[in-house]
Amino acid sequence: MSELQQEPTAVQGEGRYVLGDPIADTRAPDSPIADRWSDRKFSARLVNPANRRKMSVIVVGTGLAGAAAAATLGEAGYHVKSFCYQDSPRRAHSIAAQGGINAAKNYRYDGDSIHRLFYDTVKGGDFRSRESNVHRLAEVSLNIIDQCVAQGVPFAREYSGLLDTRSFGGTQVSRTFYARGQTGQQLLLGAYQALERQVHAGTVEVHPRTEMLDLIVVDGKARGIVTRNLFTGQLDTHLADVVILCSGGYGNVYYLSTNAKGSNVTAAWRAHKRGALFANPCYTQIHPTCIPVSGEYQSKLTLMSESLRNDGRVWVPKERGDDRDPNDIPEDERDYYLERQYPAFGNLVPRDIASRAAKNMCDAEHGVGPSGLGVYLDFKDAIARLGRPAVEAKYGNLFEMYERITGDDPYETPMRIYPAIHYTMGGLWVDYDLRSTIPGLFVGGEANFSDHGANRLGASALMQGLSDGYFVLPTTVADYLADAPFDEVPEDHPAVQEAVESTRARIDKLLSANGHRTVDSFHRELGQLVWDQCGMARSKEGLEKALDRIPSLREEFWRDVKIVGTGDGFNQSLEKAGRVADFMELAELMCIDALHREESCGGHFRVESQTEDGEAQRDDENFAYVAAWEYAGDNQRPVLHKEDLEFSYVHPTQRSYK
Amino acid sequence: MVITPQRNIVSRTWGTSVGKKTVIATTGAVFLLYVIAHMLGNLKVFFGIEAFDAYAQHLREIGEAIFGYEGVLWLLRVVLLTSLVLHMWAAFSLWYKAKKARPIGYQHRQRWEGSYAARTMRWGGVIIFLFLVWHILDLTTGTVNPLGGDESAYLKLVASFDRWYVSLFYILAVVALGFHIRHGLWSAIQTFGANSALKQNALKTFAFVVAAVITIGFAIVPLSVMFGLVR
Amino acid sequence: MKLTLRIWRQASPEAKGKMQKYVLDDVEPDMSFLEMLDVLNEKLVIDGKDPVSFDHDCREGICGSCGMVINGNAHGPQQYTTTCQLHMRHFDDGDTIDIEPWRAKAFPVVKDLVVDRSALDEIIKSGGYISVNTGSAPEAHAIPVDKVSADDAFDAATCIGCGACVAACPNGSSMLFTAAKVTHLGLLPQGQPERQTRAINMLARQDELDFGGCTNVGACHEVCPKGIPLASIAQLNHDVLGATLTGARSD
Ligand SMILES: Cc1cc2nc3c(=O)[nH]c(=O)nc-3n(C[C@H](O)[C@H](O)[C@H](O)COP(=O)(O)OP(=O)(O)OC[C@H]3O[C@@H](n4cnc5c(N)ncnc54)[C@H](O)[C@@H]3O)c2cc1C
Ligand code: HEM
Ligand code: HEM
Ligand code: SF4
Ligand code: F3S
Ligand code: FES
Repeated sequence: MSELQQEPTAVQGEGRYVLGDPIADTRAPDSPIADRWSDRKFSARLVNPANRRKMSVIVVGTGLAGAAAAATLGEAGYHVKSFCYQDSPRRAHSIAAQGGINAAKNYRYDGDSIHRLFYDTVKGGDFRSRESNVHRLAEVSLNIIDQCVAQGVPFAREYSGLLDTRSFGGTQVSRTFYARGQTGQQLLLGAYQALERQVHAGTVEVHPRTEMLDLIVVDGKARGIVTRNLFTGQLDTHLADVVILCSGGYGNVYYLSTNAKGSNVTAAWRAHKRGALFANPCYTQIHPTCIPVSGEYQSKLTLMSESLRNDGRVWVPKERGDDRDPNDIPEDERDYYLERQYPAFGNLVPRDIASRAAKNMCDAEHGVGPSGLGVYLDFKDAIARLGRPAVEAKYGNLFEMYERITGDDPYETPMRIYPAIHYTMGGLWVDYDLRSTIPGLFVGGEANFSDHGANRLGASALMQGLSDGYFVLPTTVADYLADAPFDEVPEDHPAVQEAVESTRARIDKLLSANGHRTVDSFHRELGQLVWDQCGMARSKEGLEKALDRIPSLREEFWRDVKIVGTGDGFNQSLEKAGRVADFMELAELMCIDALHREESCGGHFRVESQTEDGEAQRDDENFAYVAAWEYAGDNQRPVLHKEDLEFSYVHPTQRSYK
Repeated sequence: MVITPQRNIVSRTWGTSVGKKTVIATTGAVFLLYVIAHMLGNLKVFFGIEAFDAYAQHLREIGEAIFGYEGVLWLLRVVLLTSLVLHMWAAFSLWYKAKKARPIGYQHRQRWEGSYAARTMRWGGVIIFLFLVWHILDLTTGTVNPLGGDESAYLKLVASFDRWYVSLFYILAVVALGFHIRHGLWSAIQTFGANSALKQNALKTFAFVVAAVITIGFAIVPLSVMFGLVR
Repeated sequence: MKLTLRIWRQASPEAKGKMQKYVLDDVEPDMSFLEMLDVLNEKLVIDGKDPVSFDHDCREGICGSCGMVINGNAHGPQQYTTTCQLHMRHFDDGDTIDIEPWRAKAFPVVKDLVVDRSALDEIIKSGGYISVNTGSAPEAHAIPVDKVSADDAFDAATCIGCGACVAACPNGSSMLFTAAKVTHLGLLPQGQPERQTRAINMLARQDELDFGGCTNVGACHEVCPKGIPLASIAQLNHDVLGATLTGARSD
């Protein structure tokens, strides 16, 4: 596997990409897995506190990863500049996470341990993640909880005054710490407050409403970014010794997703175009319990907590196209398909399985609701069994939220749910130290291809974001900065000028198209295409279709998009247009990646690769690698670099939930 | 952290918006106590002219041995007047800050939130103040009283309230006072930091009851004169 | 549903704004309020007119970005609801809806319905945190917190920093926002060491910015999408007065 292959012969999607040299993660120490992180920390070089002030760090993003990294580096004494597109760092998308955060504290004494969390995460990722990284994540999870509690994050507590935990996403141990249904908000506020404390101390400068539009690479090193001030429209350059991207995931390529409206791939994509490899773009996660689309105008999908499946029963009418009121459909005409197909796990099968099952039902015309894209999640039995007050105590606020949005009362009529894009496992390739392939460019949080392999377990993204931000990046960035400060880059350096000029040219081009279609109409079309062909199920045929359409759609976009106003001030359509333009390019790479990966794994389900009874079929022989893509130039075929994955501690098995 | 020399408590308190609010609450509490005592005193009219005038006389004689004739009364007047100045000063200064905080108002009139009593505190206070001026000229100095200054307090009172419009004015004023107290009493408790989510409703009810008792306790006097119960 | 919208249009911070009238005739009751504005904007763009700028991000009621005064109500007519979670089924066919930005000197208008709320960050910056460096935290279970304090702290911690409290307060005061943070941290054992200085510093900063002072009107609580209890203001007062009386120092 590791020797150099020249041409992608006999590979699906032949001719759509070029095979390049394999890559390896050279940073993880060779020691036994449980010692690697401490060994790495010990070998990392330190920077004299007196010199730190002179070293500058740019952190793009103020979500869990970015805010935590900026605050911690600020505490250490570096000169940090932090950026986000929202009007305050506190509003980063991490704020929306509901369910909780995992940590192997074993406070319940239910058999949890660092090793078990490690094991569950590798297995949950369907054996497509790196063992070293995942083990570190499990180790650091303990410190995260300590840190957050000390900051005043109000985690749920029991009457004893000690922390409460729950089991989440089908794990057998109770390791998820939570703060009502607002865990992400509380964790982010903790990180945000730590950040503001550093702003007060003068170590961190925050630039809200400032969007990174390009990466400045000087002599092969990442040395700064080009930004647009969203208030004034002004383009600026910010130079530094190191750049850290924590700009979140790219789920919004689908237009409709559970991500915040502004979530985008721009920062990561610009870095990719400047030389950073982009790994596993086709690994996206679909969440099974979201509120279905209600009309053409729909702008965003709302997640309903996974915990609802603990008591709700999922069903569809047995008869196709049955549009009776759900309460009028008698028991024997209902198909509780999850319980039927997966008797052992029933309604609690993992996210990807539940999502795909719902899609299959709807494809077979059993779907419910006006669009036919929905299945019922019924609490009638739970209410009968537990009584309404108990159900209300457990799910009251979720029911209320559902009613607010749909106008239906879930106590009376079953909820309607449908899967929606929720998280992206792919992202910029990084080594154990979270270095991208551009020296001086580090990537943390959802923006990197992370530790989740082909599928992320519930409550693990928050853990990873904070692990990267509070604990990993500060160590590894310091190691890198041991060689700094680097030569000063003059503002008029050709590389700087080029980055600014190309950014300006792009904006001018968008503004001058003056066509006939709005940005959203293009985004919706792109999203629908990617959802249909590179969503819950992917086929060679469908992906080829998408790949034929995307370039023409992109061309149409640049020619026919209509943006009113100028670039010299607050202009939200222009902001959107820039993001959609990048999604148009990313979508193509996603489809190529999905096409080349002729196996099903985790969130990536290739219809050609399934077991007899329709389950995902992995191909460890041929695909146990990370696909890291190199940008080869406009309209050039991307270059695939493979990083082989080795499993020495957790042995690959086929997942089964029957 | 830089340790700055401590400023004294008064200037520190005075400087902040919470400090000003505390001044209003403290002086408000003084008014409240006075108003309750005054109300109880007023109710003596129902015991007849002797009882009432004796009470008015007694007021001037309390503590005469130490403070001299009208000594305690003057002391009270000084406290009340100082409180009034501070109360109004603090209230106006917060009013001014509020005006600056929203230079451009809403086009669609805000559907005022907060209770009626809460948002009429300032104008309510102004009405009470104007009433007070009249009231003192009427019953204390007698300047605007039909009987002039030197008559019996009881007679002045009856003479004054014999004019229906004066009675009406008094009643309106004590209703305004009721509103002011209904919100003010709760508000003072909040200002002193003694409110809690748990006690919130109980405190609001308490303030309402106190305000109602005070309003009725005052209003009953002019009403009784109007309806001929007190002559 | 047919609606007449009157929306505050202001091209830039310096420009003079005015209410502008628009008629929309295909509004669906299932649309969210922001989706209704999206539909308007799509039309405006096609007609070559400047779309209405408004802040939004999560559209789930948690990020605190969105916010507009709808018919005189901050975040519209439904209680405990952010603008993004408000749906058109709460309006009737033929309604006229007035939409304005938050109005406060501390929140200058950037464009149309977008205001600059960085003053709220300034308040947090002045002390809205617990000073603990990364890596220096004790074991989480070393600090038990009684459930009542934990729950009350949580109620206060749910503030999303939207600024509706300022928009609705007749004094233009950010007291509920500040008090929410003071209460959240002040009720927890971790927050005790800095409790008094936090309260005086945050209040002092709020006073310095262009906010008004609180006079306990209570409108803030009524519009607050998270129902932050009014009692948190009492908590702030308590901590400030306590600090004053015990002579706590501030920086
Ligand atoms: C509805 C929902 C519920 C979830 N629930 C859970 C859960 O219960 N448990 C769990 O573990 N995970 C959950 N997740 C996933 C988790 O919330 C995210 O993966 C995680 O918060 C990502 O954090 P981040 O720091 O990487 O990025 P984000 O929080 O997405 O932050 C991105 C930051 O980058 C900035 N940014 C982006 N682009 C630019 C640019 N070009 N220029 C400048 N700044 C930029 C943004 O302003 C923002 O500050 C949930 C996700 C969703 C959508
Ligand atoms: C021009 C005159 C006045 C103005 C502008 C005024 C204004 C106010 C305001 C704004 C408050 C609320 C302060 C807060 O909630 O923190 C208040 C409280 C109060 N006022 Fe007045 N007032 C005036 C006169 C009076 C008078 C004459 C009395 C006495 C009868 C009085 C009694 C009270 C009381 C008892 C309170 C409650 C204390 C408190 O709320 O803190 N006020 N006043
Ligand atoms: C409506 C019912 C009221 C009646 C019948 C009444 C009666 C009187 C009388 C008879 C006096 C003169 C006492 C004396 O000089 O011996 C007086 C004085 C006074 N009253 Fe009232 N009063 C009423 C309401 C109020 C209210 C509502 C207030 C306060 C807000 C108030 C405040 C005062 C004050 C400050 C004095 C002057 C005390 C002094 O300095 O001598 N009164 N009142
Ligand atoms: S207190 Fe309420 S209204 Fe004010 S900012 Fe917080 S959430 Fe918004
Ligand atoms: S409305 Fe304003 S006056 Fe105080 S109680 Fe609320 S901040
Ligand atoms: S858009 Fe996030 S709260 Fe409304």
